[in-house]
Amino acid sequence: MPRVVVDVMPKPEILDPQGKAVLGALPRLGFSGVTDVRQGKRFELEFDGELTDEVLAEVRQMAETLLSNPVIEDFTVSVETVAAVEAVE
Amino acid sequence: MKVGVVTFPGSLDDVDAQRAVRLGGHEAVALWHGDHDLRGVDAVVLPGGFSYGDYLRCGAISRFSPVMAEVIEAAQRGMPVLGICNGFQILCESHLLPGALIRNDHRKFVCRDQRLRIENVATPWTSSYEPGAEVTIVLKNGEGGFVADADTLDRLEGEGRVVARYLDVNPNGSARDIAGITNERGNVVGLMPHPEHSVEDLTGSGTDGLGFFTSLAAAVLS
Repeated sequence: MPRVVVDVMPKPEILDPQGKAVLGALPRLGFSGVTDVRQGKRFELEFDGELTDEVLAEVRQMAETLLSNPVIEDFTVSVETVAAVEAVE
Repeated sequence: MKVGVVTFPGSLDDVDAQRAVRLGGHEAVALWHGDHDLRGVDAVVLPGGFSYGDYLRCGAISRFSPVMAEVIEAAQRGMPVLGICNGFQILCESHLLPGALIRNDHRKFVCRDQRLRIENVATPWTSSYEPGAEVTIVLKNGEGGFVADADTLDRLEGEGRVVARYLDVNPNGSARDIAGITNERGNVVGLMPHPEHSVEDLTGSGTDGLGFFTSLAAAVLS
């Protein structure tokens, strides 16, 4: 089963208070060396059948209209095969 | 006038907004997010709260609700629309207003009586204020930081589309202390503070917010 992953990140110029909170928590837990944290969202979309160019174009449309807000966020679309994911796990 | 107040799942301030509409001298009409129907209203208020649980992004799901299809179409025809707090977020997600609202820069929920300057009194929601009026209105938000790119901010300032600006303190990190803006036509207003909570002495912090609801009548009469 093909899986399409949409990663959404706040644009570099947009303040990310959640990332800042995580960055502040890390040293308190004894983790050092992290200079910045940005927090985003990951969407895993499962499909039946073949991933055609049309399907991927539609995913990009989903990402633009609903999954991300282009005013403050960027997104990337990538394809994963579930077999590969299982091998890694 | 008949003023519709939309209730989404998770709206909190719809009943307060209806009450403010009545105190402003209008008939309040309850509108439901799931209906493709504005029930013949002359204006619409999108109230505060956490519509659809703020899932995905504040206002992102509400923006695609059936009633919003009607609100967007009516707004584009010139119907007065006021979005308060979550309503402001919905208007930005709908692209009826530019920019976006992000989490407060200090990461805490803010709840205070906020001083504001009303900078644009040409909208149907602000016409009963004096130009430059300084007022105190309740503010409560977790994601109230207004952001937009520099060109958009310059255009908003240049065209006089900043409706209200924070005074004394910037409570949420909003760009250029912006508390509220309007669209090019001036009929759609988004505001982070809550004028519907500042309409009666009984419930505290003065009545400076009432002008947003009495302005509609003045706009019609003028």
